[in-house]
Amino acid sequence: MKWRTIGLILYLAFLLLPIYWMLNMSLRTNANILGEFSLYPTQPTLANYLKIFTDPAWYSGYINSIIYVSMNTVISLLVSLPAAYAFSRYRFLGDKHMFFWLLTNRMAPPAVFLLPFFQLYSTFQLIDTHIAVALAHCLFNVPLAVWILEGFMSGVPREIDETAYLDGYRFPRFFITIFLPLIRAGVGVTAFFCFMFSWVELLLARTLTTTAAKPIAAVMTRTVSATGLDWGLLAAAGILTILPGALVIWFVRNYMAKGFALGRV
Amino acid sequence: MNKVDNQKAWFLVLPVFLLVAFSAIIPLITVVNYSVQDIFGPGQRVFVGAEWFEEILSDPRLHASLWRQFLFSGLVLLIEIPLGVLIALAMPTRGWGVSISLVLLALPLLIPWNVIGTIWIIFTRPDIGLFGVTINRLGIAFDHTAASLDAWITVMLMEVWHWTPLVVLLAYAGLRAIPEAYYQAAQIDSASRWSTFRYIQLPKMRGVLTIAILLRFMDSFLIYAEPFVLTGGGPGNSTTFLSIHLVKIAVGQFDLGPAAAFSLIYFLIILLLSWLFYQVLQNVGRGEQG
Repeated sequence: MKWRTIGLILYLAFLLLPIYWMLNMSLRTNANILGEFSLYPTQPTLANYLKIFTDPAWYSGYINSIIYVSMNTVISLLVSLPAAYAFSRYRFLGDKHMFFWLLTNRMAPPAVFLLPFFQLYSTFQLIDTHIAVALAHCLFNVPLAVWILEGFMSGVPREIDETAYLDGYRFPRFFITIFLPLIRAGVGVTAFFCFMFSWVELLLARTLTTTAAKPIAAVMTRTVSATGLDWGLLAAAGILTILPGALVIWFVRNYMAKGFALGRV
Repeated sequence: MNKVDNQKAWFLVLPVFLLVAFSAIIPLITVVNYSVQDIFGPGQRVFVGAEWFEEILSDPRLHASLWRQFLFSGLVLLIEIPLGVLIALAMPTRGWGVSISLVLLALPLLIPWNVIGTIWIIFTRPDIGLFGVTINRLGIAFDHTAASLDAWITVMLMEVWHWTPLVVLLAYAGLRAIPEAYYQAAQIDSASRWSTFRYIQLPKMRGVLTIAILLRFMDSFLIYAEPFVLTGGGPGNSTTFLSIHLVKIAVGQFDLGPAAAFSLIYFLIILLLSWLFYQVLQNVGRGEQG
């Protein structure tokens, strides 16, 4: 076997160890976790998972998160694709400033901004709705999407656009049928990153919701009780938070792997 | 690449501008407002000018956590960027290995940040955690709750574990976006592996690596939940990073004015450094592209 393959396998093993430990914990009772060190569950139990699947307070957290994260991913991609094209192809008034300004929205420490955020969304009567969280998460996902997509679009030679326009294509049709397939890898990565950052964000999501749209990450803080932390339940919830995103990357993996193919035109 | 002048391109950008501005501008103005006032309660506030800024800037605890933050973010970039590029280069390009590695890489990124800290508490515990037990059986006394160095190593390890996949995914997608013709040309010139990397892959990855470096810089500079849950900023203050210090002021002491001033200074530091990184990355190796 080649050295690079061995290196890759070692690295992936390093990635999996803490996750294996979480899986191991999720199949044990709290007393068992704290009581003994064991490489695998000696008395495996599904009680933690059952609790999550039968308690509405738990599983509605997953549903809420999936709703607002999907909304956010779709909105972010829809508005960012044309904008990224404009940044990669045209010069216009304030383009460079605008491009960098977008990214500055990821740079503010959230702690003090939470209160004004709450006030802003209360004014629009949006508190405790999924769309509120989806919109708020656009603050950091849209800039990221524009930046990543612009990078991929700039890698596509201009000649492709020019030939298509000469062939009589109009912008929307050119963009959808010719240009988008060329930057599939970029769209795949962007979709995954938007999903991921919105999925793990806790502070804004928790501030803007109370019950009806409460995210799973906020529900998970409930595992702390007077008797201490329920590690098994938390680990089971953690394993379940990985699954939706793993599904997303499974769907976009082919776009990421195929990348750039100069097909037609 | 030569861009064309076209003011109508603004129409393509406008939706993005409106969407982001909606959430960005009013909260920012409000925080600027807080930072120049002393707030006692609803409707009771006094204008204090730059007092909070002076107080914050002369606070020695802020200086200490600022240097700690620089060290942390510097180490993060030095470890994660080269490691991420190396792993991306080692990834398979076709077959079932691609799907498996991509999915495995994504797993750590998908766990909420507060849960990551909690999992690592158990994972590193010397009595019941895999990492803690293993390293202690090897005869190394390791306890991140007692020794500052051990706490730093644990936080760095957790950070590298958590975020290197982001660099790998970006770099890998960037590598996949290089047309096959470039590699064929390199093969005809019988270029070595190193020169293929140096003159084809690296320049073509400039875009994605710029994003990776900026993202990792910004996010590591703002890091809060994972180290806070794992170490609580301790032992002592040894892992109290800027955000942890900020939250102590904002929530612990509920001083909205100084906390707002702190936030703005914090924001400006990240803004300035990101801009510098961006300028450098835009200009480095410009001559050899195209």
